[in-house]
Amino acid sequence: MELAAFYGFSGLAIVSALFILFSRNLIYAAFALFLTFLGVAALYVLAGADFLAVAQIMVYVGGILVLLIFGIMLTQKAERDVISSTPNQVIISVKRQFWGFLTGISLFCFLTYIIATANFTMTGETNISRSTLKTIGVELMTSHLLPFEIAAILLLVALVGAAYLALNRNPLSHD
Amino acid sequence: MINIPVEHYLIVAAALFCIGLAIAITKQHLIGILLGIELMLNAVNINLIAFSRHDPEKIGGQLFALFVIVVAAAEITVALAIILRVYGHFRTVEPDKVSELKK
Repeated sequence: MELAAFYGFSGLAIVSALFILFSRNLIYAAFALFLTFLGVAALYVLAGADFLAVAQIMVYVGGILVLLIFGIMLTQKAERDVISSTPNQVIISVKRQFWGFLTGISLFCFLTYIIATANFTMTGETNISRSTLKTIGVELMTSHLLPFEIAAILLLVALVGAAYLALNRNPLSHD
Repeated sequence: MINIPVEHYLIVAAALFCIGLAIAITKQHLIGILLGIELMLNAVNINLIAFSRHDPEKIGGQLFALFVIVVAAAEITVALAIILRVYGHFRTVEPDKVSELKK
């Protein structure tokens, strides 16, 4: 049962990731990325990371994906000569496609070879039946307090920087 | 709870990472490149969480994945702001056409 769920969700994630790769329409790619994030969140649940799965859905789907779709819409070409039946098209050159596929496939073969020959021997208890929420909270507030604070500062700096960079953007004044 | 071998997680994560890399190379659109980078960060998180299953006392892998998510969120906001700025300045989102420094 769990094995079937694992293969189903990993298949969902990989198939929608391949759809992003082959799709010419960026909006469709963003929606396929939504399916990929959901599949990855399900893999987190199957690995016993319930808090991470909820954080993944909230941060990626609720925040990052919405931002990406806004970005796609805001960088739309304003020219009228774009064919309206095929908006958001991405031009893909054959050379880039060749090098992209070559790099991806060769890296995948390399990683698969490494994983297949690594022969991991796990010691530790693997049966996590309880929630990881308490452990994460305690660890964040004790041994990982410094990275936690640095992450807070980083988020503040990113917020201020993004607001400053996107400020006063008036593309119509440039033409 | 049936134990799914850790190698299966690693293979899935490797596949997602390579697809993300291929997306980042192939797409000639700045936001398409960002989609690929997000996919690669997610694949790395799967690795961290798969290994963190074997360490239920101090789940270091899950904490690391949490910080990766934080950094990804910060990265995407700043990158989108820069892309909007580039679009406002050059009127294009194709990375090859933003080549003023090469001339």
